Amino acid sequence: MSTGEQVFGYVNGSLLVVLGAATLFPFMYVVSVSVTPLEILARFGQFQVFPRAVTVDAYRFILSTGLIPRAFLNSVIITSLGTTINLVLTTLMAFPLSRKRLPGRSFWLVFILIPMLFSGGLVPLFILVRSLGLFNSYWAVVLPIAISSYNLLIMKSFFQSLPNELIESAVIDGAGYPSILVRIVLPLSKPVQATLGLFYAVNHWNGFFLALMFITKDRLQPLQIILRNVLLDVLNQDLPEVIERFDLLPGPTMKMAAVVISVLPMLAVYPWIQRHFTKGVMLGAIKG
Amino acid sequence: MIVATAKRTFAVRARVSFSRWGALYLMMLPGIVYYLVFRYGPIYGIVIAFKDFQVFEGILGSPWVGFEHFRTLFSSPFFARVLRNTLTISFLKVLIGFPPPIILALMLNELRRPGLRRTIQTVTYLPHFLSWVIISGILFAFLSPGSGLINNWIKAAGGQPIHFMTEDFWFVVIIVVSQIWKEVGWGAIIYLAALSGIDPNLYEAATIDGANRWQQIGHISIPGIASVIVLLFILRLGHMMDAGFEQIYILYNPQVYEVADIIDTWVFRNGIEQFRFSLATATGFFKSIVGLVLILVSNKLATKWVGHGIW
Repeated sequence: MSTGEQVFGYVNGSLLVVLGAATLFPFMYVVSVSVTPLEILARFGQFQVFPRAVTVDAYRFILSTGLIPRAFLNSVIITSLGTTINLVLTTLMAFPLSRKRLPGRSFWLVFILIPMLFSGGLVPLFILVRSLGLFNSYWAVVLPIAISSYNLLIMKSFFQSLPNELIESAVIDGAGYPSILVRIVLPLSKPVQATLGLFYAVNHWNGFFLALMFITKDRLQPLQIILRNVLLDVLNQDLPEVIERFDLLPGPTMKMAAVVISVLPMLAVYPWIQRHFTKGVMLGAIKG
Repeated sequence: MIVATAKRTFAVRARVSFSRWGALYLMMLPGIVYYLVFRYGPIYGIVIAFKDFQVFEGILGSPWVGFEHFRTLFSSPFFARVLRNTLTISFLKVLIGFPPPIILALMLNELRRPGLRRTIQTVTYLPHFLSWVIISGILFAFLSPGSGLINNWIKAAGGQPIHFMTEDFWFVVIIVVSQIWKEVGWGAIIYLAALSGIDPNLYEAATIDGANRWQQIGHISIPGIASVIVLLFILRLGHMMDAGFEQIYILYNPQVYEVADIIDTWVFRNGIEQFRFSLATATGFFKSIVGLVLILVSNKLATKWVGHGIW
């Protein structure tokens, strides 16, 4: 290897490492702000990248009020309910559409394709959900996004890629399609279910808009909405202790502690997400 | 046997067909209902744009007003502003944001150590999984005029704190840069997949011929993924009307409406928050139509240049 090559390799590698560090640094800083006590702020007049003293009071406090834990729970419910509905409905549509000789197949493919290109917009959706009486319910946040056409097409491609003989021989043996789906196809489709399940779940967990439009009761709000309220200094009036505690801790410390609590589940699940989806994204990338 | 088949009536064939495919159609039923209610229902709801929608009268009871809302819309000074902002932000995002994932992919591809490559990859696409609310929290920690890290550095250097989120220029910068930070790692995945499809023999042959790394990148790597680049670029153009609703809504504030208010945020404020249903629907409809035309045109272009589009 020539020196030019070596230099190239080192420079390239170093730049990438710097990029990686630059991506991680914001998280690190957020964590250090979240554990900075008031006296450090008073002494130095500003937050530091590495505070000399730390306190977990902000976390203790946030977890003791009902606000964030309840929002956390709401998000967990919404994510579980939503993802289950997502996977069930997507699979139930993808499997029939993967059968090439299904009558009317091209019609239905166009049927699911059109909403990918054109939508009615926010206002008609708003009026629709309201008139269905779903306002202030978990359903309002889960049903409007029950199926993603994009994910549906990915799953359909996957089913089509399964060896046809498996299914054909079962049909010849007299098995009905429902049992073929459950007993043959599903066990083989764990990778795509895991991948799409993760995409759907992350979408629910990070969900903000539907809740913003359709939920007004604080006790039903998901995590992202409550977090946003904390960051914007819009706090629930029912919790007077929130206001008095803000004198003991710097505002940004409280806010960053809320951010860290909100990010932790995503970070915890991340290595696991990682393992599964690289294949899934390839599936989507090649097809999409 | 042939005679018997020819004699099967339509009724018999239909019955056989139903018993064969009926189960599959039943399976699709919940999904079909979902699409009809939640995707096609709102499309029908677009008629509100042509009516003076009264909540108590419902859609059918509200009177028709034809194109009146569109006339109001196109002559409104706000419309020019939001359209300009939408296109400006979208344009900047494409101009500045399109190359980085490609460059990152090329750099990662040149990394000879698979362990380091996987680590950097893992780290760089982490932000993709964060919500914009979380990212707004991170931005607050860095950019707040009072306690943000960047402003602390500025103050330490003797300068005045910059109000990043409330000044027009800086706000747009933050919008574009934060989008890149969030998506560069994830965007690189597709290019990396394409790069891994390039025949390694080409690189070997080039090395034997004495080509250095830069030449190999320029003559093998880039041409090898050129069709993917062109395809993704054309498709991105098809989404010019989408300037990043969720991001902008979460990050914007009235002080920067002049540059930050895009079509979607205007529709949201006027439609959902101020209940001007018909006008907001008309605006949304306009955007959707333009978006549809753009997608169809861009798909045609993609098919012509690269051989295929998204379907």
